[in-house]
Amino acid sequence: MNPTNYLVLSAILFSIGAAGVLIRRNAIVVFMCVELMLNASNLAFVTFARTNGTLDGQIVAFFVMVVAAAEVVVGLAIIVTIFRTRNSASVDEPNLLRL
Amino acid sequence: MITRLLPALATAGPVGVEPNTGQTVTFWICATLAVLGGLGMVLSRRAVHSALFIALTMVNLAVLYVTQDAPFLGMVQVIVYTGAVMMLFVFVLMVVGVDASDSLVETLKGQRLLAGIAFVGFLALLLTGVVRAFDGTTVIGLDAANAEQGGNVQGIGVLLFTRYLVAFEVTAALLITAGVGAMVLTHRERVTPRKTQPELSVERFTPGRHPVNKPNPGVYARNNAVDMPALLPDGSVAEESVPSPLRLRGDTQDADLLALEEAEHLLSHEPVTVDEAGEDPRS
Repeated sequence: MNPTNYLVLSAILFSIGAAGVLIRRNAIVVFMCVELMLNASNLAFVTFARTNGTLDGQIVAFFVMVVAAAEVVVGLAIIVTIFRTRNSASVDEPNLLRL
Repeated sequence: MITRLLPALATAGPVGVEPNTGQTVTFWICATLAVLGGLGMVLSRRAVHSALFIALTMVNLAVLYVTQDAPFLGMVQVIVYTGAVMMLFVFVLMVVGVDASDSLVETLKGQRLLAGIAFVGFLALLLTGVVRAFDGTTVIGLDAANAEQGGNVQGIGVLLFTRYLVAFEVTAALLITAGVGAMVLTHRERVTPRKTQPELSVERFTPGRHPVNKPNPGVYARNNAVDMPALLPDGSVAEESVPSPLRLRGDTQDADLLALEEAEHLLSHEPVTVDEAGEDPRS
């Protein structure tokens, strides 16, 4: 299978994720869109690994997964904390980050 | 370079050579589903639906990893992403409220249109770059690299603990920090002292509180559904017997109406007589 097909799919998924970050207002959905972008980049890394014939790309994808897991933990904790104080998970609240 | 290329060329072949049919079919099925999942995630109004759609995308990406000689990453994708990360997302959605759906009102005027234009432009840019950069690239394939250590998992393990050892150790620090950070962020100080058992029991018997169980819903032998309020001895409706979500939604049934139906039902049927042996003579 041509690697270009995989990279095109990766580009499409990344763009969908980016559009979602711009469009959606719910912080959790925005977070999911970021996850989609990370997944798309992982697909590109795996494709690069196959194209170049080395496993380094898969290692990078592995590290991306680890960082994404850590990011999800902290990000969701922040969202839960904000929801507790503001009773809203919308990114539109302008004074959300002010004390 | 040639010696490295030779075994790979025999199996993978350069671009343009007839590709593996199974891989092609799998790619088109999974790619379609992944894109549909991504679109569904962005376009569905409810956050729970978005979570399910992105889980679909992630599972399909896992299949694509496996078809690209990355079985270990495919499994990790299923376990870490669809298992742990999406689980966490759904759990937080339960905390925040499942019914939370986006409003369709645009806060910034024309934001969706601009985002759509940005989406198309960005996609065109990425696609042009990718297609031009990969024009005529030869695929080496991972067969040789995987066979070097005896398998994909072994190969990744060797790399992880030799060339990428420092990064791997730093990852451990990152994960610990993330765990501690999540605990610190979600920790709540207790501002009032915990109630003791005597205080709780006194509170339970204060006027206006129910010291025992609330009455069960349902009335008559014909209807004991949860949306049917029970009747008190004086014939009035016991509002408390219906679960509060149903009461708030106004989904309770009218007990008086049912009583009327019941009476009509009884009147329209001839009474059942039972003989001395306790059997119905009609049967």
